Formats: sequence, structure tokens, C-alpha cells
Amino acid sequence: MTTPASRKLWLGYGLAMIWLFVLLWPLMGIKPEGLEFAESFAVWARVAAAAAILLAFWQAKQHGFLDAALLPAQAASALLARAAGRVPTWIWLALLAAAMVVFPFLTERYAHDVAISVLVYICLGLGLNVVVGLAGLLDLGYIAFYGVGAYTYALLSVHYGLSFWLCLPISGAFSALAGCIIGYPTLRMRGDYLAIVTLGFGEIVRIVLNNWMKLTNGPNGILGIKTPDAYWWKDGAFTHIWLSSLEQLYFVVLGLAVSTVVAVYRLNHSRIGRAFEAVREDQTAAELMGVNTLGIKLLAYALGAVLGGLAGAFFAARMRFVSPESFTFIESAMVLAMVVLGGMGSIPGVVLGALALVALPEAFRGFELYRMFVFGGVMAVMMLFRPKGLWPAKRMGARSEERD
Amino acid sequence: MGAPILELRHVSAAYGRIKAIKDISLVVHPGEVVSIIGANGAGKSTTLMSICGVLPISGGEVYYDGRRIDGLAADLLPSQGLCQVPEGRRIFPRLTVEENLDMGAFFRRDKAAIEHDKNRVFQLFPILLERRRQHGGTLSGGEQQMLAMGRALMSRPRLLLLDEPSLGLAPLIVQQIFRIIREINEVDGVTVVLVEQNANLALQASTRGYVLETGSVILQDEARALLANPDIRKAYLGE
Repeated sequence: MTTPASRKLWLGYGLAMIWLFVLLWPLMGIKPEGLEFAESFAVWARVAAAAAILLAFWQAKQHGFLDAALLPAQAASALLARAAGRVPTWIWLALLAAAMVVFPFLTERYAHDVAISVLVYICLGLGLNVVVGLAGLLDLGYIAFYGVGAYTYALLSVHYGLSFWLCLPISGAFSALAGCIIGYPTLRMRGDYLAIVTLGFGEIVRIVLNNWMKLTNGPNGILGIKTPDAYWWKDGAFTHIWLSSLEQLYFVVLGLAVSTVVAVYRLNHSRIGRAFEAVREDQTAAELMGVNTLGIKLLAYALGAVLGGLAGAFFAARMRFVSPESFTFIESAMVLAMVVLGGMGSIPGVVLGALALVALPEAFRGFELYRMFVFGGVMAVMMLFRPKGLWPAKRMGARSEERD
Repeated sequence: MGAPILELRHVSAAYGRIKAIKDISLVVHPGEVVSIIGANGAGKSTTLMSICGVLPISGGEVYYDGRRIDGLAADLLPSQGLCQVPEGRRIFPRLTVEENLDMGAFFRRDKAAIEHDKNRVFQLFPILLERRRQHGGTLSGGEQQMLAMGRALMSRPRLLLLDEPSLGLAPLIVQQIFRIIREINEVDGVTVVLVEQNANLALQASTRGYVLETGSVILQDEARALLANPDIRKAYLGE
């Protein structure tokens, strides 16, 4: 096994492990009480051993030593995939819908809580997906629209006692307005410049929320927001109830997420959706084909903002409290990571991305200390091995420059 | 001859402080194929870009169909029948061939007529029909050129501006492209302005020609006369 390729591989492994130790030790070993080696060395040794085992397996697979075990497994999975492909899509969708509906009856409070988070992030991810995936506008301040939606509902609920269902479209409208106000001056820029400017505007919105004491109560936030309400058949009459339990909220946000999926799906396959993509592919060419590129980009931005605003309104209703802290840059980055991780422009991809990025950190709660470490590692590995995302959009699959 | 379909009067344009074209005047009449030839960097593409409003002009006037169009947004021109096939084709690589064609008819709402025009494009370029579900980026260079031309034809142009249609293509494909340019002109009645480095081919397909050098028109004549002109033969036809 001493081919040049394998020597290069193990040399790389050695360098990576040295590099890891140089990074790890200052983080773990330098303590107020003094320097410490044993613990950081133990962690390092475990990571090194795990990586070595994985590499050895990989090499064995490359050399065909594992074919006896792998080939039947591959054949089986191909057979399974063929069988799955023969089942029509609507059956899968029906199964998925059934699972979504019975989910809260089979699980605990904690699972409901995580599920609600996932669904909120799905709405956000799909909204950002319109902007980034379809129209190709890198927006680093997307969370601002989530904030605008949340505060719109919070203020209307607290001051005027308006119902959630009435405020939902108003929140969307306000976010769209914010999108147009921010987008009009910024969307003339392209690429990196746009990313920086949107980053700035995202922070501006948060800082305004933080400092406009009279309107937003600043960093103290707004308390006493009402949950969504409904009329329910009870004791022979429709009575007014508040949907405040987690199961009820789950169904509200499930409805919101499903509507978002349907809306984005229809947008994807519409004439306007194609124009978004044309602008992403080649702005000048789109212009020469009669596309008003600024208008189209503004529309994409505003549509993304609407979806973010709707999710924000639900977020306010669910938490019953909003403060500027919920709308920091790290949230924008998370949503963007979901879109990129899942696969830009792909609806199932974004859903998977949201699931992975919300559920994985929850699953890693046991590690606590190393959670972000593992999280970062998983992201890096993902981008190395599946750069187009977990579930790439079909048309993103074959880039011309990658074909040659 | 009647009123010109396109007229440039003393047009200048610049990239920053570098003047790319100076005082260019040219006239195109309906039904003509007019070629603009010249060496690399003579300002041929810049001329087309200024006609379409992608590059704002710094002086002069552009008239299309009797109306002044300089200063108009580029995206308003296709619906008036003025469409450009840009240099380097610039098809949408991750849209399918058919979606690329649909983008050409973006501003149109007349579904039946769009379908009719699409069939005409498939008739002109049968390879596009074969590849209609393929991504634009997976086509070969010649196919991409055909797609770019088909996409422009989907806007039902009266005046088609073609920027270097032969660029980087095999001689056989170039022959085919030029045959189709003539067919578009003769059968569909589209007026064509052709920018080319391949002066010989361009002039053979044209009625008239303009010769550009360092941003100015140095000569204009009937295409046949230009082909016979010893100076032109020496400078651009490689003799």
C-alpha cells in the first residue's frame, strides 16, 4: 500500500493532525490555572484515531478490499431506489403529510418545540432561497425581514389587540415594504458588494429596533403578545379559543410552512421564476431579452421579504415576546447555511438543510462543549463531499463549466 | 429607399475616460443586411452595445424606426422589435434550451404566436428541437450560437443585431450559421446588422458594409464593392 497516492494521503493526514493540535491545544490547554496537556492530548488522540480509521476504510474501499461487502449492499440500495421510484410521488407526499399530522400525538413537548423551530426555519430558508437560490442575490441581512415581521405583529397585537390572522398579511406587507426600501438602492450592485451592503442593512434594522425606545422598548423587548386564535366546535357551538399549546402552534406553523412550500414551488415553475433565474445566470443577457432586471430583482427581494415577514409574525406569536437579540447576524448566517447546505434553489434541499441545522445541534446537546466544533466540522465535510447541497436542485446539477 | 430603420448620428461612447467610438454615423434600411467589420478593438461591439442602451452614449443620437432611442433602458427595446445576440452568445447555461427560448419571448403574452415562432426556430435549427430539454450550458459552441439566435428570434425582431456570430466556431458551422442569417433576412424579412471579424464571410452575406478603425468609420460601401476594394482585401481579407 505504498503507492505515491497513498503516501500523499497519509502525509496530508499527518499534516492535518499537526495543524489540528496546534489549533486545539491553545484553545483547550491554556487555562487560568496554568498550562495543561493531558486533556487536550486525549481529545486530539481520539480525533486522530477516528480520522485514521475512516481513512483506512476509505483506502480499503479504493483498493477494492471491501467489494465483497459493498457490492451486494450497492445492488440492494439500487434495487430499493428503483422500487421507491416506481411508487408515484403523490403517495410519498401523502405518507409525509400523514407523518406530519400524527407527529405531535406521538412525541413529547421537547420534540414539539424542536419541530416548531425547524418549521419556522423552513419558512425562512425558503424565503431566502427565492433571493439567493433563484435570483442569485447574496443577501446577508435577510433576518431583518424576519424582525420586521415579528415587530409588526408584536406592536399591532400589544397596542391594538389585532388578531394574528389579520396581522399575518400586514406583517408580510410591511416586510415587503422594508424589502423594497432596502432593495431599491442596493440591488444596483452585484455580487460581493451586494452581500456587504445587505449585511450593513441587516445590522441597521437590528440597531434601530434596539434603540428606538419609544416604539420598540429597545433591548427590553415587547411582552404580552397574543398567540393565534381560532373558533373551535366545542359543546355544540363555535367558541373562541387561543392556540397557545405547543401542539396547536405546531399545526399553525405547519400550515404556514406548507403554504410557503406550495407558493415557492409555483413560483419556481412560473414565468417570473424563470426570469429570476435568467437574471441570476446572466444579467446583461436578460436585459437584452427585455427583462427589467432591477424590477425583477426587487420583486425577488420583496417576495423573499414577505416570506421572512410571515415567519417573523409567527415567531412573535409563538414566543409571545420579541427583542432585537433574536435578529442578529448569526441568524442570517444560519439561514444562509441552510440554503447552501441543502442545495440552492431546491425546495426539498432547503427543508433538509433546516432539519439538519436545527435538529443536529439538538442531537449534539450531549457534547455541549464541542457542539459548535462538531457543527463546523460537519459543515466543512459536507461542502467538500456534496458541494451542491444535500438535495441539489435538478437544474443546478449540471453546470456547464463542470461538465468539461 | 424609404425611411431608415436604424440611424446613428455622430455617436460617441466611452468606457470611463477611454473613448471607444468617436463620431460614428451609420444608416440601416429595412430589409438590408449591413455588416460592420474591423479589427479587434475597433469599436464594433461597443457600437452595438450603445445602440441597445447597455452602454450609455456620451454624444450623438440613435434613431430606431424614426424615434430616438438613446437613453432608453435596454430592456424596453426588444418589445419594439430591436433585439441583440450579444458577443459570446450569453445563453442562460442552467436553463433548458426551451426555457432559453421562452426567455426570448419574455415580454410577449400572445401564447399561440409564441408557439408558432418556437416552431419556426426549431425549423431553422432542428438541433435545438432535439436538445430542447437539455441545459443550455451543455450545448457545444455552435449549438449555443444557434440557441442565442433562436432566443433572439423569439422576440419577433424587425431588426436583429448580431455580434460576432462566427466567434470560435468550426468553419462548417459558420457556413451553416451564415446560411441561416440569410434565410432569416430573406424569408422572415428581418433586417440584420452584423458585426464580424471574419470580413470575407460577413461581406458575402451583406448588402452593405461599414469599416471601423480605432473607433471611427473609415469607409462605407456596397458589400460587393468592399470585397473588390484592394485596400480592404489587403487589410481585412488577408491578401
